[in-house]
Amino acid sequence: MTIDLNMLEWARAQFAMTALFHFFFVPFTLGMSFLVAFFETIYVKTGKQEWKEITQFWQTLFAINFALGLSTGIIHEFEFGTNWSTYSWVVGDIFGAPLAVEGIIAFFMEATFAAISFFGWKRVSKGVHLASTWLLAIGSNLSALWILIANGFMQHPSNEFLKFDIETSRAVMTDFWKLITQPVAQVKFLHTISAGYTLSSIFVLGISAYYLLRKKHVDFAKKSAAVAAAFGLVSSIFVAVIGDEHAYEVANTQPTKIAAMEGLYVGEKGAPIVAFGIPKDLPALKVNSNDEAFVFKIEIPKLLSILGKRDPDAYVPGLKDLIVGNPEYGIWPLSKLAQIGAEARADLRAYHEAKAKGDKAGMEAAKADFYSVVWSDDKLGLKLTKSDLIGYGFFKNVNNPDLIHPPVPPVFYSFHIMVGLGFWFILLFLASWVAIIKGTFENNRLLQQLAVISVPLPWIATSFGWMTAEIGRQPWTVFGMLPTAESATPIALQNVQATFFMFLTAFVILGIAELKILFTVVKHGPKGAH
Amino acid sequence: MTWAPYTVDATHFYLQVYFWIIVAVLGGLFLFMTFVQGGQTLFHTAKDEMEERAILNSLGRKWELTFTTLVLFGGALYAAFPLFYSISFGGAYWVWMLILFAFVLQAVAYEYMNKPNNVIGKGAYKFFLYFNGVVGMVLLGAAVGTFFTGSNFSYDPVTKVLHWGVAKDGINLRGLEAAIDFKHGAWFNLAMGVLVFAAARILGALWLINDVDNNEFPDLIKRLRGVIKRCFVILLIALAIVLYGWITMKGYAYNIHDPKGIIYREEGKYLHNLLAFGALPLITLLVGLVLYVLGVLKSGFGSSNKGIWFSGLGIVLIGIIVFVIAGLFGTPFYPSYADLQSSLTIQNSSGSKYTLEVMAWVSVAVPFVLGYIIWVWYQMKKAGPITKEEIADPESHAY
Repeated sequence: MTIDLNMLEWARAQFAMTALFHFFFVPFTLGMSFLVAFFETIYVKTGKQEWKEITQFWQTLFAINFALGLSTGIIHEFEFGTNWSTYSWVVGDIFGAPLAVEGIIAFFMEATFAAISFFGWKRVSKGVHLASTWLLAIGSNLSALWILIANGFMQHPSNEFLKFDIETSRAVMTDFWKLITQPVAQVKFLHTISAGYTLSSIFVLGISAYYLLRKKHVDFAKKSAAVAAAFGLVSSIFVAVIGDEHAYEVANTQPTKIAAMEGLYVGEKGAPIVAFGIPKDLPALKVNSNDEAFVFKIEIPKLLSILGKRDPDAYVPGLKDLIVGNPEYGIWPLSKLAQIGAEARADLRAYHEAKAKGDKAGMEAAKADFYSVVWSDDKLGLKLTKSDLIGYGFFKNVNNPDLIHPPVPPVFYSFHIMVGLGFWFILLFLASWVAIIKGTFENNRLLQQLAVISVPLPWIATSFGWMTAEIGRQPWTVFGMLPTAESATPIALQNVQATFFMFLTAFVILGIAELKILFTVVKHGPKGAH
Repeated sequence: MTWAPYTVDATHFYLQVYFWIIVAVLGGLFLFMTFVQGGQTLFHTAKDEMEERAILNSLGRKWELTFTTLVLFGGALYAAFPLFYSISFGGAYWVWMLILFAFVLQAVAYEYMNKPNNVIGKGAYKFFLYFNGVVGMVLLGAAVGTFFTGSNFSYDPVTKVLHWGVAKDGINLRGLEAAIDFKHGAWFNLAMGVLVFAAARILGALWLINDVDNNEFPDLIKRLRGVIKRCFVILLIALAIVLYGWITMKGYAYNIHDPKGIIYREEGKYLHNLLAFGALPLITLLVGLVLYVLGVLKSGFGSSNKGIWFSGLGIVLIGIIVFVIAGLFGTPFYPSYADLQSSLTIQNSSGSKYTLEVMAWVSVAVPFVLGYIIWVWYQMKKAGPITKEEIADPESHAY
């Protein structure tokens, strides 16, 4: 296939832009839907009007955001087809299913109960209304579950739930249950939703602090802050704990990503974590020690081995090892993977040529070789066949091996900024929660100011987290199976550019409108919210 | 014609048929829900602020359901017929991108339109809704039209990598040629577009007549009835062209028993499909049409406000039959006039048998989902129509 590389970059930029923009709204919906449900539950339990006002105020902010989240979400579903048509065919048999389930199970729940929760305050009973608000929250979070199952497949397309089918030249699903329960998807889901809870808790805490600083709506702000600080504290600690679990999964399924995240060019036993550092963007083969790959760095010894392999002395391969191989630790060189992948592709072609000629024996021979086992581990019960490595067959140019891993600096920085902010959120919530318990939050101007300043930070953290995951996955759309360059729709560059700017314009205008409306509502405060 | 194929895997085939019927039902339900899009083109019938907000609030409670139905329609096609998803969306790029754009603009318009400081002003958001209601509907209708007239594509028989053909003067219009290439049935596609638009607009007016308090907004109701009458004439003309097309068109066909699935052209194919199975599709279509017209007569020409339920049920039946005759009875549902053998059938474009089986189990949830949607709809409806008091109430989250 001939894909215009320039077009490919534009198609990637378009997807990145829509995903990034969409992801401004998603975590907010995930967490805010629950916060609104908490507030309404307190209202229904206590029957106090002030809690109803609190609920309705935050619900107004939720609804403004919800609309844009929904509208940017539909773009993705279609973009898989419009800009990534080859991807959609090659892995659609696996990828399409969770998307459809998401529609049936989650989206209708969201849309249907949103109608009651938003418009039904006087149309249904208190109990039905409260149940609807909860179902809206559950529905939103379920949609995250299904889309992250789909994403988990892209990160780790295990042959436990799929195989590459020689007859139809695409991947087909073999075990749905294993697809949805695979740990990569599950930790991704938990990490993402808890990040969403943290984000929305900071939003509520920050805006409450803003009112306290101005001595406005004091009772409203204190009540809101108390709920947000408690929810935020639990969530932000959970994000870190499950984030560790997530990194463990990445280390064991996507070695190029974990190496790029830590700027690990040369593999080490007892590998450290770089707490702070400025990595250089170097071709991996030219790097002889990890020290020369950094302008400057501060390390925590052995931590990467502990986090990634649960063993302080475990070996973690670097980018260079993943290219040239390291026989001592059983790491194959890229050239070997590319060779096996090329053989798999040759088998595929031979099979279909034989089929066209009606040569049954030729078909069988090609098929047998295609599914022949190239590696197995009886202890772990794992095996790889040639067909599992077919993606590597696209990397013809082993002389430019750096195409096989993601660029180090963007992945490194994204990851470290995300982690740094994550720790800051825990501190902020801890301090706020203690102050609220002691009753000093109301007068602690420093803490209030920190909370206000922190409001945009979780958006930065979630965006960088997403970038770590998705830039870190490059150069694959489906890790080890389908390269990004082989996923795109064959289409002229101008079409992709035109639609890029069409959506960019819409996003900029609607984004500004959203923020202005949001600020106006916040400025008016709870009483003038509607 | 026997129904069970004897040369291909029968279970796989039945699953493909089952999912095509699900797609048809979703298509029918979506067409019903386009009363939202149709209603969005009726803001000019409001003569004052209160009437306008009545329309806005009535539609604003339902748009998400239409939107979600479209999303699920896409998701079901992706899961069940991934090759269609790849070829049509990647190929007819501009058609789908513009439809998508129209829906992105719609989604925020309700929430933002009457909020202070909304940057681009109320008029712009109203335009977004109008754009969604006109462009979105015409393009969707025309896109369904190409299910009968065909498209300009081929693909690699092994890798299935797409090639979309150049239609005119060396410019690749990526799907938009369906509206100007009269040699390949643009007249039919356009008629489908107008038909879907007119049908949606009538449904929109019927919905508003039902959902807005008739005593409080008598003039608005009267003007809406006027719209129905005028639009009905356009609908009948477009319908006549579509029916003429189905009867006379040289359709696309293949034999479901043929393991190679060779595609050929067949005179009167869609008429044959209507008459298949003891003319059940034709009878269903006629019942749908009668119900639709009955609704129009009741609420457009008469004084009832229940017309939407008749026309609504009618359009669901019509929608189902459109998809049934496009894809069942050995018909390629996404034919290619550039390369006949590249045409997509439910058999050559579907997911694997395993995936379809899994999805069939998941589809058990559909009646349950439909059940709670209807329950919620009823809960919201039983408190009565939309009144001025509710719109003015600061606690009702009114737009």
